[in-house]
Amino acid sequence: MKYVAVTACPTGIAHTYMAAEALEQAAKDAGDELQVETQGSAGSTPLGAETIRDADAVIFAADVGVRDRDRFAGKPVVEAAVKQAINDAPGLLARAAEAAREPVADPGGPQAEDAEPALASKVEAGSGFGSRLRQWLMTGVSYMIPFVAAGGLLIALSFALGGYQIIDAPPVTEQFDAASLTDWAALANQIGSAAFEFLVPVLAGFIAFAIADRPAIAPGFVGGAIATTVGAGFLGGLAAGLLAGAVIAGLNRVKVPRGIAGIMPVVVLPLVGTLVVGVLMFVVIGKPIALAMAGLTDWLTGLSGANAALLGALLGAMIAFDMGGPINKVAYTFAVGGLSIGGTTSLEIMAAVMAAGMVPPLALALASAVRGSLFTPAERANGRTAWLLGASFITEGAIPFAAADPLRVIPSTVVGAAATGALSMTFGATLRAPHGGIFVTPLVGNPLPYLAAIVLGVLVSAAAVLLAKRLGRPVDPAPQAAGTAVSA
Amino acid sequence: MTTELITQDLVDLDLAGDDRPAVVRDLAQRLVADGRVTDLEAFLADIDAREAQMPTGLEGGIGIPHCRSAAVTTPSLAFGRSRSGVDFRAADGPADLIFLIAAPEGGGDEHMTVLSALARRLVRAEFKQALRDASDPAALAAYISEEVAP
Repeated sequence: MKYVAVTACPTGIAHTYMAAEALEQAAKDAGDELQVETQGSAGSTPLGAETIRDADAVIFAADVGVRDRDRFAGKPVVEAAVKQAINDAPGLLARAAEAAREPVADPGGPQAEDAEPALASKVEAGSGFGSRLRQWLMTGVSYMIPFVAAGGLLIALSFALGGYQIIDAPPVTEQFDAASLTDWAALANQIGSAAFEFLVPVLAGFIAFAIADRPAIAPGFVGGAIATTVGAGFLGGLAAGLLAGAVIAGLNRVKVPRGIAGIMPVVVLPLVGTLVVGVLMFVVIGKPIALAMAGLTDWLTGLSGANAALLGALLGAMIAFDMGGPINKVAYTFAVGGLSIGGTTSLEIMAAVMAAGMVPPLALALASAVRGSLFTPAERANGRTAWLLGASFITEGAIPFAAADPLRVIPSTVVGAAATGALSMTFGATLRAPHGGIFVTPLVGNPLPYLAAIVLGVLVSAAAVLLAKRLGRPVDPAPQAAGTAVSA
Repeated sequence: MTTELITQDLVDLDLAGDDRPAVVRDLAQRLVADGRVTDLEAFLADIDAREAQMPTGLEGGIGIPHCRSAAVTTPSLAFGRSRSGVDFRAADGPADLIFLIAAPEGGGDEHMTVLSALARRLVRAEFKQALRDASDPAALAAYISEEVAP
């Protein structure tokens, strides 16, 4: 067996170290491997991420809070008072061995909410690549969710206060009157937009962090920022994060002379990693995306005379596919471009696009509300804000769900959004505003069928997500244990 | 810093007192006499405060009253052996080996490493046996210093 332990006592002078010694001796006697992190006053050397990953179980012998506890999320944990470790270390090891054999915490158990911080950490507990990949993605997502909430709610607020035209307001640095509600709305919008700028970089940065620790943060963030620059959206961000993590993990294996080893994590790895990721993101991903977007736009323009329901379904699917990514942008720009031309068809397209864009966050809010057990606590929390984001046509509200589980979530949202797009076109709903969601309903022609189209799409998507989440669950116990640890 | 953590003046192989406060006061007075603790009462108050958080008695006949205190100038260790045993509220009865550990406020440097080394030794049977068998304070102080040397 391999164990890791953390010992900590109130003064950090004596018991911390006695417990560490007792555990080490007991492990030696039992032929187990054990590494202890003593969180005492003599300074503590943190356990390496790999050591933690390889451990079968974790022992906390602590009378005070264990620092950075989230590093151990997903691991079987045995907790005891410091003195128990000193007085009966073999007994504690036996408990740890038992815990290692049992699957981690049952989902929805009493500690369900306690497991929450687990998400906010780098975790590499799972054995299979699939479950590790899921944990990497969840790590990135859990750090992104606060940005979605802060930015999304501020933007929604700005629409509520200032109407959809608020996005065209001049920068508040040029014009801000504290007595003007509109200016406050513009301020909220611009702060929210600033927060949204971080979505993809934070996602990519922390996915990379989850894979390869601190040195991967810079390449991940920069890769994510480039994904935004080249318009690759959150899928580009996922790619950037995984790429950065892989590059740093690879570079970590290179043996370097002692003299350089010291500056590897803070200088060499971030520099080389950022360079590699940056080149790949700009050249390999950025260029093709730009070309594809241009091609897609031409193709859409050529479709203008096509069957209305079909066009609505197509646009709806595109809007929901990557939520702010290139395909979404093409569809949205196509719709907004039509507004300047005017004409009923253009207004119908705008209505279909906005209705479809509201579906993914609303559907996931609904799904996570009715079947919470299929989602992680972080996702459920995000689900609560997603109601308002969806209602405000902030499709990004669904990104945390999609980024965490793209293969199940994206097809589900696409189906419902396509249905909504087709229905909205069929019903002949029209819209003159390019943004604003529920707040611009007064500007909608045929509002009731329009709302019905949204509701139907939401129901379709929510049902599809729940089905997909259930169908695709892994059956073998190991990944399931890791999966439940995350979702517990 | 050349000051030893423990010297023969800080070793009492036959403690007179038979309750915790008396024994701790005895050992603390040795620290005061050696110029390692400036204010006896303040130091004892800090010791009591730590003791109140959780008793420092350990199974196997060990008591380790300890604290960080502004009254401490030098990280120090006083050792006392009690014939009758002193109750440090360990689960298995009184302690005959008592280490008074005095750490300065805001410590965190190499001296703490020394104290942590001592703490580690305390769970080793052979270390405890040597403490019980010792007959010469100077030799014992040297032995402890050597054991906990970084």
